[in-house]
Amino acid sequence: MTFDYAPAPESRAIVDIDSNYGLFIGGKFVEPKSGEYFKTINPATEEVLSEVAEAGQADVDAAVAAARKAYEKTWSKMSGKDRAKYIFRIARIIQERSRELAVLETLDNGKPIRESRDVDIPLVAAHFFYHAGWADKLEFAGYGPDPKSLGVAAQVIPWNFPLLMLAWKIAPALACGNTVVLKPAETTPLTALAFADICQQADLPPGVVNIITGAGDTGRMLVEHPDVNKVAFTGSTEVGKAIQRAVAGTNKKLTLELGGKAANILFDDAPIDQAIEGIVNGIYFNQGHVCCAGSRLLLQESIAEEALHSLKRRLQTLRLGDPMDKNTDIGAINSQAQLAKIEELTKSGEDEGADRWSPACPIPEKGFWFPPTVFTNVTQAHRIAREEIFGPVLSVLTFRTPEEAVEKANNTPFGLSAGIWTDKGSRILWMASQVRSGIVWANTFNRFDPASPFGGYKESGFGREGGITGLGAYLDAEDKS
Amino acid sequence: MSRVDVRKTHKLFIGGAFPRSESGRTYEVTDANGEFIANVAQASRKDARDAVLAARSAFAKWSTATAYNRGQVLYRIAEVMEGRRDQFITEIEQGEGVSRKKATNQLDTAIDRWVWYAGWADKYAQVLGTSNPVAGPYFNFSIPEPSGVVAAVAPQDQSILGLTSVLAPIIATGNTVIAMPSPVHPIPGITLAECLATSDVPGGVVNLLTGAPAEVMPWLAEHADVNALDLTGIIDVSVAADLEKLAASSVKRVRQPAPDADWHATPGLSRIRSFSEVKTVWHPIGV
Repeated sequence: MTFDYAPAPESRAIVDIDSNYGLFIGGKFVEPKSGEYFKTINPATEEVLSEVAEAGQADVDAAVAAARKAYEKTWSKMSGKDRAKYIFRIARIIQERSRELAVLETLDNGKPIRESRDVDIPLVAAHFFYHAGWADKLEFAGYGPDPKSLGVAAQVIPWNFPLLMLAWKIAPALACGNTVVLKPAETTPLTALAFADICQQADLPPGVVNIITGAGDTGRMLVEHPDVNKVAFTGSTEVGKAIQRAVAGTNKKLTLELGGKAANILFDDAPIDQAIEGIVNGIYFNQGHVCCAGSRLLLQESIAEEALHSLKRRLQTLRLGDPMDKNTDIGAINSQAQLAKIEELTKSGEDEGADRWSPACPIPEKGFWFPPTVFTNVTQAHRIAREEIFGPVLSVLTFRTPEEAVEKANNTPFGLSAGIWTDKGSRILWMASQVRSGIVWANTFNRFDPASPFGGYKESGFGREGGITGLGAYLDAEDKS
Repeated sequence: MSRVDVRKTHKLFIGGAFPRSESGRTYEVTDANGEFIANVAQASRKDARDAVLAARSAFAKWSTATAYNRGQVLYRIAEVMEGRRDQFITEIEQGEGVSRKKATNQLDTAIDRWVWYAGWADKYAQVLGTSNPVAGPYFNFSIPEPSGVVAAVAPQDQSILGLTSVLAPIIATGNTVIAMPSPVHPIPGITLAECLATSDVPGGVVNLLTGAPAEVMPWLAEHADVNALDLTGIIDVSVAADLEKLAASSVKRVRQPAPDADWHATPGLSRIRSFSEVKTVWHPIGV
């Protein structure tokens, strides 16, 4: 007798997607001057969800001008107390509309509804709530007695956590007194456009938040615009480097949150079953579309075989399929292009001699899918151990001593996150001090909180988002000597 | 007959040693009236690379030294400089063409700045670090750590005060550094190197390259083993922009030029912040 899951689909009746969307500039949705639109699809079904405007240079100019005007005339003159109340309003409306936003996120992104409902959207609301309270307390944040806002912030965000990345960008910017022009990723624009509607419901003054949709060219025009004072980018290291070059020689303040190749380090004294849960969460959460994903598993040699066995057994129980189903663990890959990249890199893993394994896993006919995959016999020279795959692919390496684990963990140009699994407290703190990464999770992984600073070392970028540290990215705290 | 004095050969400072430039080059340094003072080593690409190697090798130990220890080492620099007051003051007076009073004031402020940053070594983590009230059963804390190897250009004027103001915050927190003193007034910087060599600063923590920043800095800006650039002393904005573009090749932290800096003002924490990374650790709470 076998037990199976009955379908448990979330209803999409709660969302009302327009057939097309303009740009949100100066508090209104406007037709793009470019006249161009592009389609956004559901990656799980390839169904077209809507057409959204593709902002050109004139549109970017208009959005920056609207943000500048709102900054000069309204937002920079408003008391912190009143700014706070607008941001609190936004947080509350997000909570009120949370199910709608979760469904919309899952439709446009392909991530399981369980994740958008239980992780993404609650964190979005929390992020606005946390930062709202800072708006009238900035003089207590350690950036001097009278910290100043920067002006207009140009923000470009990725497709893996669309609304959450918007929150990470917009909440601190507004709390610190800046106005923003934000460009969501071209494959996931819909929740950002829903956020524009939320700004309207909150009666946020026009121009304080502007949302312009488009692809890489739109993002480039935005960060290169001479009238922006701040550039914040989350995305690939390659694009981050291009933005750093583009911003060079200007006075724009820059923060970058880029790629990663995190080591998840499992010691022989760790409770294996609990650790395997964390390791699975570390790399298969959100289809591995996570910059801080634990994509390199470092197993202490003495327990490598046992841990691999547990890992494979656990992976056989993961459910891949309809992201709208509440029992789904692994949703759709966000785009055809990302799927191609994952396929290319996993092929290189095989070509270079690593052993590939995936559980038996039926793949839906339509949409973009990739089964959870594990590579063993991986060396540090393999591309799958060095390059960010940004997919549900785990590369397993082994180590004997803590020193060797540190050396392997740090043997990467990235430095975003790391995981340590051991029962020994002193070892956790020693490992945490040795690993060159911005976030260290001990006996847990992929935890996020608005009070907890997030960001990388080395080529994973600079600047932090979240916490008191993150405020520094949106304040002029440079003393002059 | 007066005594013929013994003159000094002005060399680079790399890994705690004083080598000549590998290139064999020197350049003439003159006083404020254009009179010859000395031939000073002119650093090359190879010297820059050697300095990066020395700085990287010194990083592991310096960055994990206790904050108390780093504070004492910085304080010791001030002590050793104090013993060379007359030499520094004469060099500043001669090189920069300022009065003895002004030269003395510059040196006093520089020595006091080492003391100021010595005191920060075991305090800045308490100011920049936090424990974070996350919504879950975790003890979550953030601490600042050094960025790594920093390449820095000291201001062109205020030779010893400018160099000190750039160097001290970089090494107080555990970074190691390759710094270029003012190319016009490098002599007090070389004397500082002699102070560093005879204080308790481990070899390689500070490396000083005399020469032309416009020639040497591009090699450091694109060097993959350099983590951050301090462009404080770069005057030409297009040179600064080019260096920042090169720095993007490995996502270096870049501190912008500071043409209007008031080196006599008490610094804030922004220099320390510029070369610090914040690390956040999540630790579960449970029985």
